[in-house]
Amino acid sequence: MTVQFNLNGRRIALDVDPDRRAVDILREELGLTGTKEGCGAGECGACTILVDGVNRLSCLMLAAQLSGREITTIEGLSREGGTHPLPEAFVKHGAVQCGFCTPGMILGAAALLQENPAPTRDEIRRGISGNLCRCTGYQKIVDAVAEAARAIQEGEPSS
Amino acid sequence: MTTRPPKIGRDFLRPDAPAKAAGVEKYAVDHYGENLLWAGVRRAGVPHGLIRRVDAAAARSLPGVRAVLTGGDVPGTNRQGIVHKDQPVLCDAKVRYAGDPVALVLAADRETLRRALALIEVDIAPLPGVFTIDDALNHDAPRLHEDHPGGNALLQATIEAGDGAKALAECDVVVTETFTVPIQAHAFLETENGIARREEDGRIVIIVSTQAPFRDRWEVSHALGLPMDGIRVIAPYLGGGFGGKDGATVQCLLALAAMHADGRWVKMWWDREESFQAGYKRHAARLHYHLGAKADGTLHALHCRVYYDTGAYAHLGGEVMALGMEHAGGPYRIPHTRIEGWCLYTNNPVAGAMRGFGVMQVSFAFESMMDILAARLRLDPLEIRRKNALRVGDRNSAGVLMTSSTGIGACLDAIADHPLWKDRAVWKAAAGPNKRRGVGLAAVFNAMGYGRGLPDTAVAKLEITPTGRFVVYSGVADMGQGNATAFVQIAGAALNQEEGMIDLVQPDTDRTLPSGSAAASRTTYTYGNALIRACQDMRRRILGRASMLLLVDRLEDLGLLPGRVRHPATGREIPLAMLAATLTTPERFCVYQYLMPVVPDPPATGKAFKIGFPHLLFSYGCHLALVEADELTGETTVRDYLAVTEAGRILNPQTSVQQVQGAIAQGIGYALHEDLQVEGGIVQTDDLGKYIIPTALDLPDIRAVFAQAYEETGPFGMKGLGEVASNGPLPAIANALADAGAARIFRSPLTPERVLASLQQGPGM
Repeated sequence: MTVQFNLNGRRIALDVDPDRRAVDILREELGLTGTKEGCGAGECGACTILVDGVNRLSCLMLAAQLSGREITTIEGLSREGGTHPLPEAFVKHGAVQCGFCTPGMILGAAALLQENPAPTRDEIRRGISGNLCRCTGYQKIVDAVAEAARAIQEGEPSS
Repeated sequence: MTTRPPKIGRDFLRPDAPAKAAGVEKYAVDHYGENLLWAGVRRAGVPHGLIRRVDAAAARSLPGVRAVLTGGDVPGTNRQGIVHKDQPVLCDAKVRYAGDPVALVLAADRETLRRALALIEVDIAPLPGVFTIDDALNHDAPRLHEDHPGGNALLQATIEAGDGAKALAECDVVVTETFTVPIQAHAFLETENGIARREEDGRIVIIVSTQAPFRDRWEVSHALGLPMDGIRVIAPYLGGGFGGKDGATVQCLLALAAMHADGRWVKMWWDREESFQAGYKRHAARLHYHLGAKADGTLHALHCRVYYDTGAYAHLGGEVMALGMEHAGGPYRIPHTRIEGWCLYTNNPVAGAMRGFGVMQVSFAFESMMDILAARLRLDPLEIRRKNALRVGDRNSAGVLMTSSTGIGACLDAIADHPLWKDRAVWKAAAGPNKRRGVGLAAVFNAMGYGRGLPDTAVAKLEITPTGRFVVYSGVADMGQGNATAFVQIAGAALNQEEGMIDLVQPDTDRTLPSGSAAASRTTYTYGNALIRACQDMRRRILGRASMLLLVDRLEDLGLLPGRVRHPATGREIPLAMLAATLTTPERFCVYQYLMPVVPDPPATGKAFKIGFPHLLFSYGCHLALVEADELTGETTVRDYLAVTEAGRILNPQTSVQQVQGAIAQGIGYALHEDLQVEGGIVQTDDLGKYIIPTALDLPDIRAVFAQAYEETGPFGMKGLGEVASNGPLPAIANALADAGAARIFRSPLTPERVLASLQQGPGM
């Protein structure tokens, strides 16, 4: 079937098997390998994408469920040459080690900040608790999300 | 990105982080290739048995199936293994664990692959299994490897120092206990995977998530009978490793698949369940300890027997246990020791390297024993550790003379001075209703490098390009620990160049030079030492050419500045871009091999260890866990955590804190939750819903600080710190629970059930 959706601000139409997983379409058909797969069962969060601004697990979604949606992957988080405060804050605060959880973590955090622009550290921890990281112990991730929240509140990129 | 040359000792942001955070870094798993074939293996599914028949006819006839290969199709020895070649690429006669591969399938797509694997009929005549340490010790047990002279003991070894175990008789007090620890899984987020192709000239290229690309080439060559120079291994950044990708996972299978793919790329990517079933694990162990001291708390004698369940194949099992034995006495002066070890084959998953490499197991035992001893002698747990802490000039419990930076005392002093320790009584008293609070210590250490008998070496390669940029060719993989960052920082500092002028090539057996595995807390130490000397050669070469171009008589009259060479006396300069253009190709490269020093006069013990004993250099740590247990549920929460680490000079505080926090996170998981359950050789906890690793809600903020030190042999004075902090959490938390009034727990993890029972039982020793 033909599936049409908006991907990172661009309208696309794909002829795909409707029961192929969204993560495979993104990675294999569209070459957007920033979306990672860590478990294939909705337990690790590495495949997180934004669907109409809400974080969803692309390993649990089928192609047909993309239809008509606004999809944002990590590649589309910073649009039109601009930068997003989250990736910048992750770099600055040392929140990236192996980096395999990072795209999903950043998108999960983006959805959190959309919903709660000024989260406490505990709220950040709860907000990202569906995204597993095996390297960092999360502390620097929490630091980064807290700073990105401040930067967004102040309406300027983090420095 | 900084615009000035990096400084040693200051935060240096990871150059790999922007691409990773933008989702554009290509891990091995992000490589696909046109006209891709998918490869997968059919696994035995039974833990021990003789293969009667593998019938692949139905699978072969499935449209889209390119090939089905079995043991008989493997050229070469069909055996892999780092120390002992005992592990088949594809089993030909016998299977020894449920994850053993019996057939390899190449298919046009993943769905066809899945169906073909299911269509293969495998008939295995089951053999009785060996599933526990006691099973393996039973002389009547079935033998996993009939040709292994030690029966089911892969390795039996003894370390003895001083008068050995008989000195226990001279002690005023002896405490005796047994500890049990479970299997831990690495649970890296990028599961084992790679992609391979046979090129037109017949060479096999493998892009793989690996910690040891150069050893992989040797493994593939040996197992498949291919010439070493016919194999190229490329190791992009890894999505985690922690030891689990130190050794062949997909490598030989992929190379074999590529030999049957007619030049097409072949991809193999284990799913999470397959990673749990077939990937390497941390050893489960049982540890029997007798620790004796004088009445004043002076340690006098240690006798212990340790048993490590190494699973079905040797892999690095013997070396893991050897390192555990070398650390069995803790970072203490114990004049008389006898440490006996049995590393045992079982029909469980293959155990191998994992961060802490055998040391996490014994750390639980010796640090629990120190608190038990302190309680028996009514001594302060910090003071008994300070009293016995190793210093330069002492011999450790393996009999090795400490000649270099030995900072456990400084770590203990830092804890003693910290408010979390000083004010612990106030914190404990503030426990809410139905809560108990306790504070626990752990003093730990971890060797660095391979140890004697296996030269720990790296070959740095550094280029100045014709446009005056620099390229560091790293031969040692970056699984996330940040050694690539350290190499850019070191090169920038040593050459006085901005970060933006330095490119880094990740390991590639065609382009970079053999530098060992990403393991043993060695990567920055060994490669960094080589790189500094390569930079010194490069600096001399650049200044030498500048002396010709600027007509300056003496090199010391010239300065290497960012992007240029300057003659300060006259103010004349030459840009590196102009200078580099005058260099011929051989002049543009500097190569330096560094060889790590070893213990010069090893003690006459541990003779059963072929390689890796003893070690010269150690990093140290002292951890303090503030723990709260719920009296109603037994749930244990780590409320605060302090780790003091001595690892020589800290080159990059930010990445050093990353290592310590990450190691403690894994250590807290190991302490409280992680327990890979295997029943009858079958992994039960085979997904991340059943095998629980810590989430952001399960961990406290961790205070990571460093004791000032300088290791004379280290690059800019550093030692490795990737592993040492993983050893602290389990004993520190166990000691905190005992301090909270729970009965001592001897079996980990410290689950709510065990903690609840021990709270109800009440204080013991």
